[in-house]
Amino acid sequence: MSKRIVVDPITRIEGHLRVEVIVDDNNVVTEAYSSSTLWRGIETILKGRDPRDAGFMVQRICGVCTYSHYKAGIMAVEDALGIEPPLNAKLTRTLMNNALFLHDHVVHFYHLHGLDWVDVVSALKADPHKAAAESFKYTDAPIACGADDLVATQKRVAEFVKKGHLGPFANAYWGHPTYKLTPEQNLIAVSHYLKALELQRTVAQMMAIFGAKQPHPQSLTVGGVTCVMDLQTPSRLGEYLTKFKEIADFVNRAYYPDVVMAGLAYAKEPSVTGGLGVPNLFTQKEFQINAKEFLFESGVMMGEDVVNLITGKPFKVQPLDESKITEEATRAWYKDNAAYHPYEGRQEPNYTGFKDAQTINDKGVLAPTKVIDENGKYTWIKAPRYDGKPLQVGPLANIVVNYALGNKRVKVVVDKFLKDTGLPITAVASTLGRTACRMIEAKVIADNGLEAFNALIQNLKVDDATCTSYKIDKNKEYKGRYIGHVPRGVLSHWVKIKNGVIENYQAVVPSTWNASPKDAKGVRGSYEESLIGLKITDLSQPLEIVRIIHSYDPCLACAVHVMDTKGNEMSSYKVNVNGASC
Amino acid sequence: MEHAKLYERLAERLSNLEKFPRIKEEKSIAALMEEHGISRRDFMKWAAGVTAMLSLPSTFTPLMAQAAELTDRLPVIWLHMAECTGCSESLLRTDAPTIDSLIFDHISLEYHETLMVACGWQAEHNLESAIEKYKGKYILMVEGGIPAGSSEFFLTVGPHGQTGQKSAQKAADSAAAIFAIGSCSSFGGIQAAHPNPTNAQPLSKVTNKPVINVPGCPPSEKNIVGNVLHYILFGTLPALDAYNRPKWAYGLRIHDLCERRGHFDAGEFVQEFGDAGAKKGFCLYKVGCKGPYTFNNCSRERFNQHTSWPVQAGHGCIGCSEPGFWDNMGPFEEPLGDRLYHTVYGEGADKTADKVGVALLTATAVGIAAHAAIAAVKGSGKTEE
Repeated sequence: MSKRIVVDPITRIEGHLRVEVIVDDNNVVTEAYSSSTLWRGIETILKGRDPRDAGFMVQRICGVCTYSHYKAGIMAVEDALGIEPPLNAKLTRTLMNNALFLHDHVVHFYHLHGLDWVDVVSALKADPHKAAAESFKYTDAPIACGADDLVATQKRVAEFVKKGHLGPFANAYWGHPTYKLTPEQNLIAVSHYLKALELQRTVAQMMAIFGAKQPHPQSLTVGGVTCVMDLQTPSRLGEYLTKFKEIADFVNRAYYPDVVMAGLAYAKEPSVTGGLGVPNLFTQKEFQINAKEFLFESGVMMGEDVVNLITGKPFKVQPLDESKITEEATRAWYKDNAAYHPYEGRQEPNYTGFKDAQTINDKGVLAPTKVIDENGKYTWIKAPRYDGKPLQVGPLANIVVNYALGNKRVKVVVDKFLKDTGLPITAVASTLGRTACRMIEAKVIADNGLEAFNALIQNLKVDDATCTSYKIDKNKEYKGRYIGHVPRGVLSHWVKIKNGVIENYQAVVPSTWNASPKDAKGVRGSYEESLIGLKITDLSQPLEIVRIIHSYDPCLACAVHVMDTKGNEMSSYKVNVNGASC
Repeated sequence: MEHAKLYERLAERLSNLEKFPRIKEEKSIAALMEEHGISRRDFMKWAAGVTAMLSLPSTFTPLMAQAAELTDRLPVIWLHMAECTGCSESLLRTDAPTIDSLIFDHISLEYHETLMVACGWQAEHNLESAIEKYKGKYILMVEGGIPAGSSEFFLTVGPHGQTGQKSAQKAADSAAAIFAIGSCSSFGGIQAAHPNPTNAQPLSKVTNKPVINVPGCPPSEKNIVGNVLHYILFGTLPALDAYNRPKWAYGLRIHDLCERRGHFDAGEFVQEFGDAGAKKGFCLYKVGCKGPYTFNNCSRERFNQHTSWPVQAGHGCIGCSEPGFWDNMGPFEEPLGDRLYHTVYGEGADKTADKVGVALLTATAVGIAAHAAIAAVKGSGKTEE
């Protein structure tokens, strides 16, 4: 008989996510549901506001990828108004983006996702001296892996465990049979967990040098950047350079070797060598490093082309056709099920809630639970589609598409990783591959991010412009969008401006693509697709589910769209020119 | 209150606290620091810094050190409502020096969805057992606005689909002290901006218990950690302003200690981002700085270990620690009275003051008008200790 498991909350993510799966008698997943359980309505709030304020407001969609939505909001308005910011501004934005990605990917791997791969309790059994020797297997120059560091780390963990009072480490799935690292390898990773906790502050400072603060920087403005004094201060530039080198060093001497180590250890663990999810991949160019070039390029690859690529057959990468992007809500808590282009996006609520059922709890027995309606609507996330098909976005898509395009900066890192792990290129198409591609993306940025810095220094010698002047004509209508690649994949913001204020605003974000529910044809989104066929060892400890979902780095606050709870369509909000409240 | 009396009161409170059994049997924070190579001397230096930050006289430094050593007695439950996790991220930045993070390690973080390893049923179990085990003893910190009333179900957490509001109320009922971390939890925040489509409410509207507001979008790492220490020292709610914000952090206007204040007084303004004035660090009032209307310590403490703050980075303050700032302070790049358009939100309380200021275009007039307006607002309903 089939059984149901509910995992809610999925912790160590941004936002509120529930995952439900149905398993058969062999504990193999036959159906999966990804459900967002929070809705905030920021796009509705944007209507009628000054377009220059959009960036500041959409930034508050997410405090983790804190800079992504800010930049997207500013650039969507620039696109609408036809503004070209000066090169200094574009490159400064890249420097801040370096800081964002290096921060986000490192924190995700060590503090959010890492504990799905690393058994902290097992590290207690390690011999720190052996672990110190082990660390040299994956790099010539390990960080924080001397016997002295490892002894201290182990002692600190031992104190936690001994008191039976683990704080944030309490009641996890420690000892689960799918943890594959040796005690020594676990100890290395725990030491890096602590080191990264320290280092993430430094990387945040890197953002703050030009961004004022992190989270939620405040130095971008429509037309350019405001941090002109910081750009003209050599010591500020030097500060950035030093911090960049520190984090780049960590990526190369800890993050890269740790993922190689995990790749080797987990190469035969079936719960992570599958789970590609939706095979159609989509990425968008990002990281302008000089007047002409970007670190990553754009492209869409449908499933058969991805298969052809990794099996050595001819494949093609298509350019994006923006008009083919739609969002529909057959299975989401909105009334209007039909598919609309983001410029025309609409949301009218239809919250149908949960129903009562019995599911397997943490004791392994059936317990009363609230579950989603498997035949009806079940999430606040709509289903974005491209030409009617789901897409997967994120580092996996970015790295695979850029590899396919022959991007040299990407190819060199991918080839090195495959050589160091001895894994075939087919291994990329998996949960493990998704986690590895995030690291590869970070390494490409760590290895090349200073190109933008150097180009900026050269340009500052001859050009001190940081902002482009513009006027908003209240009698004109404007329409524009930003489409780019952010830490979790492709982000797009779409804005319409009329009477000098925002008429409509829509964000189609990475986690909307990946955490998408089924569509009218019953086609699953990528989270759901990744879980199908997964065998769960212990239904009361569904670590395998958590590990697969975390490999996407979910960001749920980003993913959820807007509606009006009073049952009105968004378009019924009109700006009242007399100043009365509606 | 006289310093001597205050000192006496704090000392007594600390000695009482010391008598409580520790939550954890492990070493005191001082011993832990020693293990991590932080000397007593460094620790006292840090304590002196925090003492100054809290606007206490330097003679209080030993008490601050004692307070920090006592923090391992406080379990903390941190709940996420309708939010962006920016406040949690800000908490993670706490450093300067690394002792702050040690303190964070050392207050027992019982529940925090971004950091905790447990998921699903196990996570729910952690929350329930922490509330039960530390009844009346834990600090509750809440991040995010709370969908309430008929929209309550727009946030649910856990296998039983409990609403955010219920979960916050339940945790608040047994808490020793409650902090609303960030502008969302303090005042509703971005989701509560007009037309507030989810009926998002501040924490203080869904519980009857006293709530200390620590606004900011997000508040700096200093203000989050500083408030925990403040609580330990005083034992009762700290001195609060009219909006229940601790005065030590939110007692002064951004404008009062702004590094560009001299330019304001001299009438030297940036007219447009990127102009010659911007390169010289002129005052940002005319490109929308809301520093004259905003109470916070950003100009003194800055962010990310004093790395920078918005005015240093050439952008004006957006007033993010003031109630309703999304509706009251926008457009963020225009002076308040200079809006391009009339909106449903009206023209703002300071319209007249600003129009006077902008019309005269003399720094003193702007200054006096802005200050007078804000002082009038501030004066109403003010509570003094």
